[in-house]
Amino acid sequence: MIDFQGYGPRLLEGALLTLELAVLSLLVSVVLGLATASARLSRHAVLRLPAVLYTVIIRGVPDLVLMMMLFYGAQIGINQITDMIYDRWGLDIFINVDPFVAGVITIGLIFGAYMAETFRGAFLAVDQGQVEAAESFGMSSWLLFRRIRFPLMMRHALPGLGNNWMVLLKTTALVSIIGLSDMVRVAAEATRATHQTFLFMIPVALGYLVITSLSEIVMQWLRKRYNAGFEETP
Amino acid sequence: MQELLQSLAPWLSDNAIFTPSTLAQYWGGFVNTVQLVFISLVIGLFLAVPLAIGRASPSRLLSKSIWVYTWIFRGTPLLIQLYIAYYGLAFIPGIQESVVWPLIRDPLYPALLAFTLNTAAYTTEIFYGAIKATPRGELEAARAYGMSPLLAYRRIILPSALRRALPAYGNEVIFMLHASAIASVVTIADLTGVAYNIYSRYYAPFSAFIFVALCYMVLSFAIQGVFRLLEKRMLAHLKPR
Repeated sequence: MIDFQGYGPRLLEGALLTLELAVLSLLVSVVLGLATASARLSRHAVLRLPAVLYTVIIRGVPDLVLMMMLFYGAQIGINQITDMIYDRWGLDIFINVDPFVAGVITIGLIFGAYMAETFRGAFLAVDQGQVEAAESFGMSSWLLFRRIRFPLMMRHALPGLGNNWMVLLKTTALVSIIGLSDMVRVAAEATRATHQTFLFMIPVALGYLVITSLSEIVMQWLRKRYNAGFEETP
Repeated sequence: MQELLQSLAPWLSDNAIFTPSTLAQYWGGFVNTVQLVFISLVIGLFLAVPLAIGRASPSRLLSKSIWVYTWIFRGTPLLIQLYIAYYGLAFIPGIQESVVWPLIRDPLYPALLAFTLNTAAYTTEIFYGAIKATPRGELEAARAYGMSPLLAYRRIILPSALRRALPAYGNEVIFMLHASAIASVVTIADLTGVAYNIYSRYYAPFSAFIFVALCYMVLSFAIQGVFRLLEKRMLAHLKPR
């Protein structure tokens, strides 16, 4: 067995944190992406404009810059708001920004923009006849979304979704820079303390490769599921 | 640059954060970022062409070993690759006394190494995909003319494949620009590093980071514009008419 010089348990905890962070931000980004894609496809310019601005701005700026701005800025912004509440109504609130929550929100916010682009393309690819058929059955717009649009759209969105997930997983490494103890941060600290770069960095790199390889299998399964009823394209 | 900053001074007189001195720091960061990204992209591009040809070669051993390289570099975060290049080199026993130490001590070189190998891996896969997508008819025509594989690559396959790879490569360039923001963790004063310094000095996260975000956006849009122009010229034959 490899001797991790006492850093073994912390590396495992870090790996767990990386996974939790990635899965939770994926959920946030999918919800945000669906909402933004729907807004971009809406008939109302009031909804379209902010959605376009959101996707253009987020995709034009490095993840790390956004992360630093939101992470370091959030506490100041919240303090200003709570100060204002205190001045106005004498209500004393103190909210401490939790780095984990900030990380999930930031990564979710960044990838929401990428997801929105994926979902938008996929929604546009849905056969219009199916939507019309559902409308003539008298489905409400929510039912139409749940039973027709979403499952049909997912078939087209899956490749892009899988890609986004892989990029998102690797982006979680950036939270180590703003102070969260994910596996990259533990490995970097251990490296600085022991000067054994490869002992700590190679297992962490392998950890990422294992997660991406497992995701590949899940993607295969999902692809099969959402391709049901369509001819298999090799 | 100095004169320009001096001429801006009266205009900035009531601004506490954006003084000529901080703007000069931002300019230095801008130069560092562009330099880092440009050098790694150019070297990465020159590495990627032969690697992509090797990846498409009929030799399974060659193709598979290049695939392993791209799989590793595309499957792990660039931050880890940067740490391995930076600490891995610096902590080799005895290296700090050797002649190469002055080169390695400058964080620019380990960062260039990591960025170049990373972008070469992504670019290899992009070019490989484009080579694979070469229409069969073009290959058969080249063979019918009696072209050797080398000549066919030079005259037929590469010119058309590299053109078709242009949009995807444009994305890779922007991706690399954004990824380069992590250079600041190994003490390189790139745009993000400068923004962080200014944030911690004035405790003004929004001014410091929004300004730098705008710089990155301008760069991104400029790159997009260049690639759109290139695509217009070089992919004119693929346009629907």
